[in-house]
Amino acid sequence: MKNEFNVIADLIEKDKKVLDVGCADGILMKFLKDNKNTNIRGLEISKEKVQECIAKGLTVIEGNAEKDLKQFPDKSFDYVVLSQTLQAFLNPELVLNELLRVGKKAIITIPNFGYWKVRLHLLFKGTMPITKTLPDEWYNTPNLHMCTIKDFVHFVKSSNIKIFKSIALNKLNASLINERNLEIKNLSADLGIFLIEK
Amino acid sequence: MNIETNLKTLIVKNPLKLDCGKTIKDFPIAYETYGSLNSHKDNAILVFHALTGDQYVSGTNPVTKKDGWWSYAVGPGKAIDTNKYFVICSNVIGGCMGSYGPSDLDSENGNIQGTNFPVITINDMVNAQYNLLDYFGIDKLFSVAGGSMGGMQVLQFISNFPDKSKTVIPIATTSSHSAQNIAFNELGRQAIMADSNWKEGDYGSNNSNPGKGLAVARMAAHITYLSKKGLQEKFGRKLQEREDLKFGFDADFQIESYLRYQGSVFVDRFDANSYLYITRAMDYFDLAKQFNGNLSDAFKLTKAKFFIISFTSDWLYPTQENKDIVIALNSIGADVGFVEIESDKGHDSFLLDVPDFLNALKNFLDKSYEEN
Repeated sequence: MKNEFNVIADLIEKDKKVLDVGCADGILMKFLKDNKNTNIRGLEISKEKVQECIAKGLTVIEGNAEKDLKQFPDKSFDYVVLSQTLQAFLNPELVLNELLRVGKKAIITIPNFGYWKVRLHLLFKGTMPITKTLPDEWYNTPNLHMCTIKDFVHFVKSSNIKIFKSIALNKLNASLINERNLEIKNLSADLGIFLIEK
Repeated sequence: MNIETNLKTLIVKNPLKLDCGKTIKDFPIAYETYGSLNSHKDNAILVFHALTGDQYVSGTNPVTKKDGWWSYAVGPGKAIDTNKYFVICSNVIGGCMGSYGPSDLDSENGNIQGTNFPVITINDMVNAQYNLLDYFGIDKLFSVAGGSMGGMQVLQFISNFPDKSKTVIPIATTSSHSAQNIAFNELGRQAIMADSNWKEGDYGSNNSNPGKGLAVARMAAHITYLSKKGLQEKFGRKLQEREDLKFGFDADFQIESYLRYQGSVFVDRFDANSYLYITRAMDYFDLAKQFNGNLSDAFKLTKAKFFIISFTSDWLYPTQENKDIVIALNSIGADVGFVEIESDKGHDSFLLDVPDFLNALKNFLDKSYEEN
């Protein structure tokens, strides 16, 4: 399991009810179900991935986060997880509000556009950055709204969303982000992981 | 109907009060089983059949000599694996394969009942079949499953008996028959009733059979079970055993010949009055209405695990109607999974060899059973 998922799993206590939005092939769901006795549900847009989840014995609903989150009642999950997908929505702000409505807390991860490799790529090559976390070309990337860790932190603060924990991830290194080291982490981290609540 | 005498039948002694107000008792339910019930009696799956189905889910149907209606899905090693599960299916009341129906005699006057048979509902069908659990000594089913009208029975079953099944699999179905659904059923009924041999439903004692009307009903319904794309690919404008158009009203086109054939074989195995009664039961089905318009309330007492399946090309019970059930379940935090299967085969997809569907069904059942 990738390190991002280890960090997410560490944020979730045992016996909680969790919705994994954009759960893909269900690796994180399976881990939570087996190791944390999580009552886990998934929402996934790809038919193939839904089939893979069913084959793992996971409860998944085929659907689209931008349309299908509204069927879940307020605060019906302890945690809602969204991994590296926020930037791919037409309206990330709307989706984020829905996640925070459905979940008591939300765990959001974002690929950091402020990562130094991304910055150098644009600075020296003059083309849209391609990295491990951002593997697609500008013309076929699903990412519509790229942001940096700093952008995300500013955005949630201005939206009166509480941040419980911010974690910077770079390969295997996970470290806490705070106000003092924000500039550094915004440069050194490949991925940002946020535990938030509204 | 030419029904073999070795039909398995349960005579239900308990009186059953029907939705129409009438009470029936000592009535037959014809059933079939596949596989064997284990010692814990926790591997039973109750399968519900669709409009023109019967209890012969798998193997060879002893009446039609054809494969059982869900042979692709049910059998040894199949999605509903009869090496593992004990599958029970019974003919619905109102039907014509041995369960209490309009071709049965009236116990009071000895006449064939015809349209004197009470109008039955999906709820009545389910309540009648519930007696099979007692009969087999099953406290809790592992699953209830069915497509189309079978799916309606699945939904009604878990609503009526919330703790009597661990898993629930409604397929290509709806919680409420739409205007379009009712319209197609009415077309079929009118075709039957327009046949002069129908004789106000009393053809049984007049030794006649409204076969032409029933065949037309079947032809019209059959079109609704397929998709435009599927029809076009299979038949297109291909001609039937001829080089050119004949400038007449014979079956020039293969699709005409196909529909005529479907109509004629159907008449040999199905009773016209049963067709009227069962389509009526479908039209009356509106689960939300039973709960003052709130579908979620139909499921609020159950802890069962739901898996709902629809098909992209099904325009009779489209994905949205299946999703409405998912939404109702999610809004009460029920355990529900949902997948829409890509298929060109229309509503009939659930009866056919559609590997994505069969795999999903198998995986859901087997994984849920492991967790038992």
